[in-house]
Amino acid sequence: MKKILSVMLVILMAAVPLTFSACGANAAIEEPRAVYTRDYAGTTLNVFNWGVYISDGSEGTLNVNKAFENLTGIHVNYTTFESNEAMYAKLKSGAVSYDVVIPSDYMIERLISEDMVQPLDFSKLTNYDLIDDSYKGVFYDPDNRYSVPYNVGMVGLIYNTTMVEGTPDSWAVMWDEKYADQILTFDNPRDAFAIAQFLIGVDVNSENKADWDAAADKLKEQNKVLQGRVMDQVFAKMEGGNAAIAPYYAGDYLVMVENNEDLAFCYPKEGTNIFMDAACVPKNAQNYEAAMLYINFLMEPEVALANAEYICYASPNTAVINNPEYEYYENEILYPDPETLPPTEYFHDIDPEIRSYYEKLWESVLLAD
Amino acid sequence: MKKTIGNIFVGLLYLILYLPLLVMVVFSFNAGSSTSVFKGLSFKWYVELFTNSTDVGVPVRNTLILAVISAVIATVIGTAAAVYIYYVRSKLWKNTLNTVTNIPMMNPDIVTGVSLMLLFVFVGRLVGAVNSLNFFTLLIAHITFNIPYVILNVLPKLNQTDPHLAEAAQDLGSTPTESFFRVVLPAIMPGVTSGFMMAFTLSLDDFIISYYTTGTDFQTLPLYIFNMVKKPVKPHIYALYSIIFLLVLAVLLFTNISGMKDKKEKK
Repeated sequence: MKKILSVMLVILMAAVPLTFSACGANAAIEEPRAVYTRDYAGTTLNVFNWGVYISDGSEGTLNVNKAFENLTGIHVNYTTFESNEAMYAKLKSGAVSYDVVIPSDYMIERLISEDMVQPLDFSKLTNYDLIDDSYKGVFYDPDNRYSVPYNVGMVGLIYNTTMVEGTPDSWAVMWDEKYADQILTFDNPRDAFAIAQFLIGVDVNSENKADWDAAADKLKEQNKVLQGRVMDQVFAKMEGGNAAIAPYYAGDYLVMVENNEDLAFCYPKEGTNIFMDAACVPKNAQNYEAAMLYINFLMEPEVALANAEYICYASPNTAVINNPEYEYYENEILYPDPETLPPTEYFHDIDPEIRSYYEKLWESVLLAD
Repeated sequence: MKKTIGNIFVGLLYLILYLPLLVMVVFSFNAGSSTSVFKGLSFKWYVELFTNSTDVGVPVRNTLILAVISAVIATVIGTAAAVYIYYVRSKLWKNTLNTVTNIPMMNPDIVTGVSLMLLFVFVGRLVGAVNSLNFFTLLIAHITFNIPYVILNVLPKLNQTDPHLAEAAQDLGSTPTESFFRVVLPAIMPGVTSGFMMAFTLSLDDFIISYYTTGTDFQTLPLYIFNMVKKPVKPHIYALYSIIFLLVLAVLLFTNISGMKDKKEKK
């Protein structure tokens, strides 16, 4: 028995360095635009970001964290979260200290209002001029003091052209009985409600309970045509042709269409949700100066390009948007013409009372036939 | 007739058990990145896993480090506790100890996870720590949920041994320590080993308790994969899981074959 155990451990231990062998082929950027001091070499930087949300060296891409470590000597402790709410809970518990967090717009609004993030030192963020002006001064941080945009995206309608007639241009198609059992929707209340809200023409950030009631009624009508509520399963379902219609993020459509050419995409005319994820520094950060270096590094043209191509969402960085070599240069889906684009709406941080109200409504929607 | 029905039933049972694994292994050889469209055979994702410096190496390493350390410590503590429980004379005290051991196993993981987190945060605040949750809290949590399983594996083995074995050894001149390490421990070794294995595997795939007790510096593989909800899981993760599955299979085969040999030798 002892022998078996030791053999097993040896095998496992041998497997570790193998999977961990860092060739470091793509762990440096060629021409840093800013100057990166090595004054903080040897310190540790705790970064908290969405899962699969940074170029990590797979398939020959740039390994952003390694490149930063090589450049500055700062050790990056990179961990991930699965939702804004999970990130908030971890931060709010006060049990942990992160130096850089990258949540979405409405969550940053909440963090600012609850005094959980601190102002950034823009004199050190020399690459900030690369950020497109249209992404500055957004509602959650009107004076540009607390955050630096990382990624932008919009929700759109993805449909399979072999299963759907014509070219839908309205969220109404998600209620069409012709496509019963072939329609998917979001498996989280805010995104699912937003679709109904755009369709019936109510504000997605309404503080009026009656508006939420109306949207919930609309969602209940949808139950009979729905195949299911999904998040990442949407990739398998749409790519495999197992569903005809699903709302999801524009950038993710670009990944799906590579695996299934029959898929098409549109921004419904009633309007849609736009989101922005941005880097912030929590109040209890331990390594503020290194955090400034890291945030500045994320805006480097090469780094931003690698991230934009890896994540496939729209970049707020002009060095990426105006780069003809960028894989999605002038891509109409990621960078639609503002003239023809339907109205877009950010999610705002909603009053806790309304929040718990719509969460209750959501449960009633899930339970309704 | 009865036999065919039985065979069909067993066949179906194993099909259901192993089909998902088979699908995963097949898709780990997919040339494309999709999880539903098969674009042709390719070793691309295995090459990817082994040659590129992808971030998945860090959570894999973390998971193994945590599993080994927590299983070793839990085995030591658990075995010691089992020996103590075995030698307890009072029936009441013994039953109490057994029940107290069983409660954490019956407890839903989420309750264990949340209560451990509350404890760690409380203590952290008390001592003024910046990061009350860190690698050590995660380690303590894993040791905590592993110990009952070790005790559960060691106690029956102890009950099988002759209670006078240790005394006999001491009669023949060994010290109490010697008698434990040279007589009792070898006798209960199979129980200790299976306790260790159980602790190791439990720690390896624990998600819920880790979710609540991990800090900024240490993310395990189950947490890493859970956080991919918004994006599709990349096929190199399937490749990684296929390798883990093969390793487990290899270890099981090895254990069973050597077990059969042992039995033959005994006969």
